[in-house]
Amino acid sequence: MALLNRLRRRGPAPDGDPPGYVADTALLADLRAAVGAERVRVDGAERALLRRDASVFDGGAAGPIVLCDDAEQVRAAVLVANRHGRAVVPRGAGTGLAGGAVPLGAPVVISVARMNRVLSVDTDARIAWVEPGVVNLDLTTHLAPLGYHFAPDPSSQQVCTIGGNVANNSGGPHCLADGVTNAHILAIEVVLPDGTLALLGGLDAEPAGYDLRGVFVGGEGMLGIATRVAVAITPNRPAVRTLLISFDSATAAATTVSAVIAAGIVPAAMEVMDQRITVAVENYVHAGFPVDAAAVLLAEVDGLEAGVEIDAARIADIARDCGATEVRLAADDAERAALWKGRKTAFGAVAQVAPNYYLHDTVVPRARLAEVLDTVYNIAERHDLLVMNVFHAGDGNLHPLLLYDAREPGVLERVHAAGAEIVEVSLAAGGVLSGEHGVGIEKQPYMERLFSTADLDHQERLRSAFDPACRQNPGKVIPHGHSCADIQSLREVPTGVWG
Amino acid sequence: MSSRPDTTATLAAGIDDVLVDFARLVGDTDAFTVVGHRTRDTVGGPVHPGTREIAAPSGVVDHDPAEMTVRVRAGTPVADLAALLASAGQRCALPDRGGTVGGAVAVGENHLEVHGRGRLRAAVLQVRYISAEGQVITGGGPTVKNVSGFDLPRLMCGALGTLGLIAEVTLRTNPIPAVQQWVRVAAPPIEVANTILRPGCVLYDGTNTHVLIEGHAPDVDASIRDLERLGASSTTDGPPELGPHRWSLPPAEALAPATHGHDTGASVAVAQVGTLFAARPQPPRSPDAASMEIGRRLRERFDPTGRLNPGRDPLVR
Repeated sequence: MALLNRLRRRGPAPDGDPPGYVADTALLADLRAAVGAERVRVDGAERALLRRDASVFDGGAAGPIVLCDDAEQVRAAVLVANRHGRAVVPRGAGTGLAGGAVPLGAPVVISVARMNRVLSVDTDARIAWVEPGVVNLDLTTHLAPLGYHFAPDPSSQQVCTIGGNVANNSGGPHCLADGVTNAHILAIEVVLPDGTLALLGGLDAEPAGYDLRGVFVGGEGMLGIATRVAVAITPNRPAVRTLLISFDSATAAATTVSAVIAAGIVPAAMEVMDQRITVAVENYVHAGFPVDAAAVLLAEVDGLEAGVEIDAARIADIARDCGATEVRLAADDAERAALWKGRKTAFGAVAQVAPNYYLHDTVVPRARLAEVLDTVYNIAERHDLLVMNVFHAGDGNLHPLLLYDAREPGVLERVHAAGAEIVEVSLAAGGVLSGEHGVGIEKQPYMERLFSTADLDHQERLRSAFDPACRQNPGKVIPHGHSCADIQSLREVPTGVWG
Repeated sequence: MSSRPDTTATLAAGIDDVLVDFARLVGDTDAFTVVGHRTRDTVGGPVHPGTREIAAPSGVVDHDPAEMTVRVRAGTPVADLAALLASAGQRCALPDRGGTVGGAVAVGENHLEVHGRGRLRAAVLQVRYISAEGQVITGGGPTVKNVSGFDLPRLMCGALGTLGLIAEVTLRTNPIPAVQQWVRVAAPPIEVANTILRPGCVLYDGTNTHVLIEGHAPDVDASIRDLERLGASSTTDGPPELGPHRWSLPPAEALAPATHGHDTGASVAVAQVGTLFAARPQPPRSPDAASMEIGRRLRERFDPTGRLNPGRDPLVR
């Protein structure tokens, strides 16, 4: 299976090209003429780095890399690629977990990482214009003195970019009350796959036309390249309460999450960590997480003073009714920050336990969380794997981490088999393939389990309305049998020619 | 062509017979327009004469308050849905001025209380529609969070039924706040918006700001006291009278339409959103040429024979 082969090939990236590869000199000459030679990178080491993103997929091959500083350069590079019949793959920080930024077929890789300016902030209208390479947390840091923040806060927020957030419709722990990226994007200036510059959406209340802004968000870089984004900025809340609640079973934690929502409370965040990951996190950040609890729930409410007091007390009561063994209120901002640091660095903390992990991302109805979680533990046990669970419980968004050591013979087959079962059990419970990582390459084989042939055909119609030539980040999301000319586009690179 | 989808896919397996029957009625040949309560049937222009009329199926299929979602058929009156949700202490983003659920989604206008309820386009989690080929298509998914595949629900919001006839939607719901209180205050809207955290609505009539305060009782009381410090204020029973014509402007222009050359007559603006309710209609507006071209391609691909609401045009409002 292709997925398994990609897993198997994982290893240090080669720092050069395979013997026999030669550059496409005509393409390189045109790119250099269009954007300036200094912006076109061709050396093997740089291209090797950009073969991958933060996913496990290692089947990529980058063609020339174009480091753009503005929309005009993006446009120029796209037009050159089009003239040469070459695919284009946009790239931000490369932190995607589903392989969406992995270049397939030696495309022209257009990096917008250098387009990293906050262009304007209008606190009256609560809108900021930013370039796509702005790092998520940098935007919030920029807004902090004004009393605002950008609401989506993926765990990778210290490195991921707004352009990447737009491409993946990213989430994060605090998207429970405020919604994922799509709810915070008003307008996007885009270089379309044919090289045209367009403004999708608008600053007005209900822009005319189809909601192209809405479909571009989450388009996984296949509908064009964002060059400027108008984001909604959210006022900081004067009062916050963060509760750390211990349970003697993960099921009790999940039951509490459902009960809180059923009681009409929508906290700012509700995150669950099981014991294994809590121990790993505590060893890493020393934030005072209880290492003897089977699971902990990190629940945060924000707003005005009286309301957060009322809601925090109700959540504590509900948790006790559901069997909580301890309810702790973060005493101050420092303790709250330490707890969130623990949650957000959880994936790094597992390195103490095993050298490799595979992070899954499915969503199930909240009411099925406890049951699906039990099944996830059973699946891992049956495949003789260690699983840790840390997830956005309020959204029903599961993130099982399967831990392994890639040097162990046969382990990757087990990781893959267990992962496939986790996806299946999530779908069987009425869930979906991905809550925030996207489909990319990773979930592509599962799309036919969720969607019918006709459903996929309509997604393809949407895609092809933006990109009739199928040259924009080809080979992703829609399974190959349902996609127009993907395969053709990927085959247009003559063997042995990378650039 | 069979309208019964293959059911190996989990979403297609959830399509009920009511939708399959609706698809059969629509078939794959004649031109159709879905008719609800005709509350917004002039938006985007009239359908071509001779177009067959059909009503979408109605009824709430599933509402589980603990999931904060509701699955409802397109022909259901918005008022019926609102009443059902309210009985469970919840609400949604659909505007409450008559009409059907499918009509509200197809037109895409926000509820007046958009600050508190969110934009309509963000509330549609899953959509089922009848395609030009007469098939039931599912886009999105039933969960509150989902990035599985391209976002067809966003495409259907505001499309006036030109890319598919909406049959059923799954909407995000939210709890109704413990207390809601309208207050009129003689202060600039931005000052009011910056004073009230998470209001339900902020309106500006050119003189006074009208704000819907939402939350727990002690916070609402404290907010009312905060407003008193900004200017003369009094609690009211509801929003001010709104003009008949709906405008869509950038937020800054909506607060001072005349300054920006807009001939609105008397108007009330939704602050920080840009909707304006005015005495006079807004001139037609369109997206840029590139977006128009994608719109044209979408229509060509989703409705090659022009049988879905022919004549209506979401590109011109």
